[in-house]
Amino acid sequence: MTVTVLLFASYADLLGTNQLELELPIGATTDDAMDQLQALPGASRLPKHPLIAVNERYARRDHVLAAGDEVAIIPPVAGG
Amino acid sequence: MRAALIETPIDVGALVAEVAHTANGATLVFVGTVRDVNNGRAITGMEYRAYHAMALRELSDITREAAAEFETDDIVVEHRVGTLGLGDASVAIVVAHPHRGPAYEASRYVIEQLKQRVPIWKLEHYVDGSREWVAAPIKTRETGRITAENAILPEAELR
Repeated sequence: MTVTVLLFASYADLLGTNQLELELPIGATTDDAMDQLQALPGASRLPKHPLIAVNERYARRDHVLAAGDEVAIIPPVAGG
Repeated sequence: MRAALIETPIDVGALVAEVAHTANGATLVFVGTVRDVNNGRAITGMEYRAYHAMALRELSDITREAAAEFETDDIVVEHRVGTLGLGDASVAIVVAHPHRGPAYEASRYVIEQLKQRVPIWKLEHYVDGSREWVAAPIKTRETGRITAENAILPEAELR
C-alpha cells in the first residue's frame, strides 16, 4: 500500500523535499514508515522517534497505517 | 469563538470588537510579536510556515477547550503565517469574560497549548543573511493540562 509522507521545516531541508510516497506492507505502523524513511538519503539525521501525525492527528508509534494515509513528520513546533 | 491562520496583518482592534459583549467585564489581549534578537543573534525578520490544515484544527481544538474550561465563548485566536518583519504581530489571543481571572487563565492556556501542539515553524532571518529554523525547547507536560493524547513524544520525553 502507498502512504503520503509530508515533511516540514528542517526535516524537509534534510530530505530535500516536502512530500514523498512510501510503499509499505499491509499492517505497517508509523514506526515502520519511519524505518523506511530513515533509509533515504539525508534522512539519517532525522530523530528516531519524531512526532508524527496521521491524517492531521498526532499518532502513536504503533498506529497501524492504511492505504492513502497522510503521514506528517512533525519537527519541534515553534509557533507563537 | 474562532481560530484562524492568516497571511495578512492581524487587526487586534477588530478582534477586540469581535468578542465585545455587555455581559463581559474583562477583555484580555495577548499579542506575540517578532523580537529583534533570539538566542543572542540579531534578527531582521521571520518566516512562519504551517502544516495548514492540522494547525488550524489544533488551534480550533485549543480554542474550544479553553472556551469549555473557562466558560466563555468569547475567544478569538489568529496566528499569522508568511514573512513578518520586526515588531509584527505573529499571534493574537483575545478573551472576553464576565470576570478577569478566568480571562487571564484562558489566554494563558491558549498560548501555552499553541506552543506545544500547533504545527507551525519559524525560519529566522539573521542580519548576516543566513537563515535557520527555530528549534524550540520541547515542553510537553509542564504547562498544559491537555496534551495530544498518546502522542508520539520526542525522545527526551520517553526516558
